[in-house]
Amino acid sequence: MPEIPKHTIFPISDSALTIDFGNVISESINDFVLSLFQAIKTNPLAGMIEAVPSYSSLTLYYDLFFLRNQIPPGQTGYDWIAAQLLQRLDAAEQKNNISHGLITIPVCYEKEFAPDTEYLAREKNISVEELIHIHTSKQYRVYMLGFLPGFSYMGEVDERIAISRKSQPVTVAAGSIGIAGKQTGIYPLASPGGWQIIGRTPLKLFDAEKEDPVLLKAGDRVQFTSISKDEFKNY
Amino acid sequence: MDTVQDLGRYGWQHLGVNPCGAMDKLSAQFANILVGNGLDEAVIELHFPASAFFFEQPSLIAVSGADFSATVNGEEIPCLRPVLVSKYSILQFHRVEKGARAYLAVHGGLDLPSWLNSYSTHLKAGIGGYMGRTLQKDDEIRFRKPADLCSLLGKKELEVLPWKTDSNWGDSNNAKEILALPGNEWKRLTDKSKEIFFDRAFLVTKQSDRMGFRLKSEPLSTITQEEVVSSAVSFGTVQLLPDGQLIVLMADHQTTGGYPRVAHVISAHHSRMAQMKPGDLFIFRFTDQQTAEELFIKQQQHLLQLQNACKFKLDELLSK
Repeated sequence: MPEIPKHTIFPISDSALTIDFGNVISESINDFVLSLFQAIKTNPLAGMIEAVPSYSSLTLYYDLFFLRNQIPPGQTGYDWIAAQLLQRLDAAEQKNNISHGLITIPVCYEKEFAPDTEYLAREKNISVEELIHIHTSKQYRVYMLGFLPGFSYMGEVDERIAISRKSQPVTVAAGSIGIAGKQTGIYPLASPGGWQIIGRTPLKLFDAEKEDPVLLKAGDRVQFTSISKDEFKNY
Repeated sequence: MDTVQDLGRYGWQHLGVNPCGAMDKLSAQFANILVGNGLDEAVIELHFPASAFFFEQPSLIAVSGADFSATVNGEEIPCLRPVLVSKYSILQFHRVEKGARAYLAVHGGLDLPSWLNSYSTHLKAGIGGYMGRTLQKDDEIRFRKPADLCSLLGKKELEVLPWKTDSNWGDSNNAKEILALPGNEWKRLTDKSKEIFFDRAFLVTKQSDRMGFRLKSEPLSTITQEEVVSSAVSFGTVQLLPDGQLIVLMADHQTTGGYPRVAHVISAHHSRMAQMKPGDLFIFRFTDQQTAEELFIKQQQHLLQLQNACKFKLDELLSK
C-alpha cells in the first residue's frame, strides 16, 4: 500500500486551498493526487464547490457563505476545510485504484501540420524521421488537464526530443501536438500557445456537444501513431 | 465587447473548462436583485462602447457596475435603480463616467440554453451565453418570463421605480486599495521586491482583458529560479511573469498555471478590481485569512438582505 506523501497546505484565495505533495512530476505522486480527487468527488466535503487535481497537488474551491454557520468559533473556513481534507488522506491511501486506460491518437506529422518540426530536428541534431519515431515509440501518461478545455499535459518525452517552449506565443490550430520541455500535449482548440508543434490529430479532443466533452482524462495513457496526410484528410 | 454572463461555470475545472462568468459578480448580482431575479440569472456584461438595445415589449430592467451614462429614448436613467421601459424603447450608453464594466439585467431573465449548468459565454470554446460569442448587431434575445408590466406603465414611456442598491458598499474611502493574501511563492521575492510590492502603485496596462490584468511597476525578482509545476489557480491570483511584472487573473483565466503566485486578491475586492481600466493606478495591502473571509461573508449577507428587500417591494407593486 502506498504511503501518504509529504504535503503542505496553503490558500490560493480566501475560498480555495491547495494541498501539494512536493511540487514534482512523478507518476506515483500523481496517482495519489488522483485517488484523493476520486475519493473527494465520491464523497465531497460540505460546502465544496469543486476539486481540481494537477501534477502533484489537489485544489479545493469552497463556498464560504454556505460554511459560515458550521465553522467553529475561533477557526477560519480555511482551517475547517484543511482539517476535513487531512482526514480524507487515509481514504485516498486505501483506494488508490486509478484506471490507466490506453488511448491511441493518430497524428499526421507531415510538414503542413508541423510548423516546428524542422527547428526541433535541427536544434536536437536528429532527422525528422527519428523525431517521429521517438515520439511514437513510447506511451505517455496524462498527468492533468488545464490551460484550455480538454488540454492534456502528458509526459515524459525522450530527452532527445525535449525542447523549451517558444518565448512568444503564436496561433496554434486545434488538434496540434506540441512539446514543451519534457511534456507533450494536444491543443483541443485553436489558441495562442508556446509549445513547439510537431503534428496534428484529426480527433476531436474537446466536443462541447457531448455530455462528456473531453476525450483524455488525467491518469490515461496515450500512444501516438503516425498517419499520412491522406489518412488525416479522410479520417 | 458585450457578452452574456452569470456567476460562472463551476464543476468542470478538472477538465480544463474555466469558470468564466461576470468579471464583477457583485454588480451582476445587484442588477438581478433590482429586477427581482435570482442572483445567478444571466445578465449582459457591457464594455464601452456598448451595444444599444431595442425592447420589443415592456420590460423591467436595471443597469449596474460601471456608469456609461445610460439613456432610454434619450432620457437619462440612473444606475442601480429598477426602470420600467415601454414597448419599442431604446437603451443606449454614451460615455464612460466611472468603471469598466456595466451589467444589464431584465426581469424574468434571458431565455438562452445553458451549457454545463451555466449561461456564461465561453469565448475560447465558442459555446455558452449567446451562441458562444460576443453580441452583434441584430442579435435577438428573448426573455424567459415576460411579466405583464403594461398596466404599471400606463401611458408613460419610462418609470424609475423607487428602490435601489448602493454601489459603493464596502468601498469606503479606499477604492484604490486592493486587499490581498500572500501567495505560496511570496517568500521567493527578494526583500527589495517585497518593498516595491507594498510601496509602489501598480498601473493597469492596456494588455488587460477578461483573462487577466497585466500590471506595470518596477520589475520584481525572486531569490530562486526553481520551477513551479502547474497547479490550479483562482480568480484574483496574482502571478509573477518572467519579465518581472505581475498579472491578476480574472474571470476567463486558465484553470492552471505555473508562474509564481505572489498574492491573491480577496473575494470581497474582486468587484473593485474588475472595475479598474487601463491607466488606473492602485496599491496592494496584505490582510489575513480571517479578515478576508469576514469581508466576503458580510458582502454576501448584504446581498441577501437587499434581495429580500427588493423582492418585497416588487411583489407589492405587482400585486397592486
